[in-house]
Amino acid sequence: MEKILLLLGVDAEGKLSKAGLEAVEQARRLACSLDGASWTIGLVGRDVGAAARQVAATGAGKLLAVAGDAFAHPRYASDADAAAALARRSEATLILAPADSRWMRALPGAAHRLGAAVDTHIAGIEAADGAVRVRRWYYRQRIEAVQTRQSRPWVLLVDAGNVEPWSGEAAEAAVEEVPVEASESWNRTTVVGTKAPEIDQQTIRPDAGLLFVAGAGWTKKQADGRVHVEEAAELILDFVRKTKCSLGSSKSLVDLSSEGQAVLPFLTHLHQVGQTGSTPRHPKGLATCCHGEEPHVVGWRFIKERRAVNLDPNCGWAQGKADVLYVADAFAVMREVNRLLG
Amino acid sequence: MSNGYHIVVCAGIVPDPLQTLEPVAGPQGPALKNEMMLPAVLDPWAAHALYEAAHLAKNAPGSKVWLVSMSPKAKLQQVMMTIAQKVPFELVALDGPASGFTDAGETAAALAKAIQAIPGLDRSRLLVFGGWESASRGAGATLQMVGEILGITDQFQGVDVLELQPDGAFRILERIEGGVHQVSTCAGPPAVLGWATGTLPEPPNQPQIGMQNMRAIMPALQRAQPAGLAGGKIEFLDVRIPSARRETQVIKDLSPEEIAKQIVEWIKG
Repeated sequence: MEKILLLLGVDAEGKLSKAGLEAVEQARRLACSLDGASWTIGLVGRDVGAAARQVAATGAGKLLAVAGDAFAHPRYASDADAAAALARRSEATLILAPADSRWMRALPGAAHRLGAAVDTHIAGIEAADGAVRVRRWYYRQRIEAVQTRQSRPWVLLVDAGNVEPWSGEAAEAAVEEVPVEASESWNRTTVVGTKAPEIDQQTIRPDAGLLFVAGAGWTKKQADGRVHVEEAAELILDFVRKTKCSLGSSKSLVDLSSEGQAVLPFLTHLHQVGQTGSTPRHPKGLATCCHGEEPHVVGWRFIKERRAVNLDPNCGWAQGKADVLYVADAFAVMREVNRLLG
Repeated sequence: MSNGYHIVVCAGIVPDPLQTLEPVAGPQGPALKNEMMLPAVLDPWAAHALYEAAHLAKNAPGSKVWLVSMSPKAKLQQVMMTIAQKVPFELVALDGPASGFTDAGETAAALAKAIQAIPGLDRSRLLVFGGWESASRGAGATLQMVGEILGITDQFQGVDVLELQPDGAFRILERIEGGVHQVSTCAGPPAVLGWATGTLPEPPNQPQIGMQNMRAIMPALQRAQPAGLAGGKIEFLDVRIPSARRETQVIKDLSPEEIAKQIVEWIKG
């Protein structure tokens, strides 16, 4: 019978992330679908009180916590120690966690300490005939596999965006604290804080309803034989401001900026979508001045509705990669779109 | 640091991103159709790690860069013909699968063993670099396990910036959620850094560096030991290409005004 441990990081403000609450729902469903399974939630953070109350009514049999100032910020050494301690205390056979930056950094190493197998970027978990099966992607979302393992413990890092987050009422929580001895090695790394891009506003919004991709064509010569980078920047940022969408770019455009050319300076590697960039999840995506080549489009796997504006009717988007391709000048289209959006 | 760093870059090879991939059932589990025929490249994020390693080594006299790669020897040799021209390094080759369907834990064990066997490696000056995820398995887990086996507990993933501080410490920027970096300081080596894209462009080909590297690469390939992966840890129940092809409507003869109207309605719908 499986003993499931769900690990959740509690941020410095005492909150759980949306990805964490989605993992709660995944763990809850899995526990319900496995005969005789029990499940425990393990919280890691400075102050876990509010987070514990938030998940107290999930049906988890036990709430464990590793708490204290040392766990306020994500850091490999302390998080790996906390995860290993919680796994040992719960005697877990299955260890679930959201595939966020905290647990992606620390949990594979903790898995090694526990002698556990690890699979990451899990897109779905199901129980079939008493066995646990997971679905994940290979080759940058080009091949999908359903797989299982016999060995235990088995660590599963679950991607966001596959189930609705747990949203039950808060309740009183009895939390059992698990002591973790502070190690000298923790002090070698100090988390100083966070750094947002040096622009007038954040343009990467994972929860936005729309992804807007600016391709390399924005910086190429237009019909008049000249480049119009300033106008391109104005049109793109105006659209992003008005729609509150998330901004992405194709690899080629990001590479141009890294090579020091004067192109759309607000685009960084963090905006890059595709093979060497992100694979965001948004209900809709609009690509402009982008050819829709495979290394970029693999990053669109989880964009449900896709439209593109490009001058080339034979570009990649026309080859079954978009729902609608408008063959048109993106400058003229986006100027009008911005006008209509007011 | 006066004596520089010993930087070990872990990098596999992957099919060229422009290739069409099709899974087939092989004797050891899933594989790619015509895998040995597909043109390969150095794993993109790991390649960034290699460029960052070379840049760091150049700025820290006494440093040395090793590239540890587990791949079929013949394919690795092809990739080396290109990558050897980019930056100076010494190759440590492991003859094993480059497949994404191998287990991250087994791969980590093989890589760590190869690193431990590098002659003259100073573990107190060691920096283990690699891509934060591969373009094949995409697990983002292998480097952490390599670090654990080597006893390194200062680990960073999604690294875009590594800055040397006057006291020998590092300032490191890691990608976290929402387009933000987490900023940390680390006392110095040993450390594990899984790189995202970093800040450096791909270096131009330099034939002189290529010739210098290749003199040691060919013997390293000949010496490559079998990685000895047992396999069979993952039971694959179904492996397929997702049905992602869409019926694209190509609209050629609408004015920008009409297109804009459709787009705005679609966004608001």
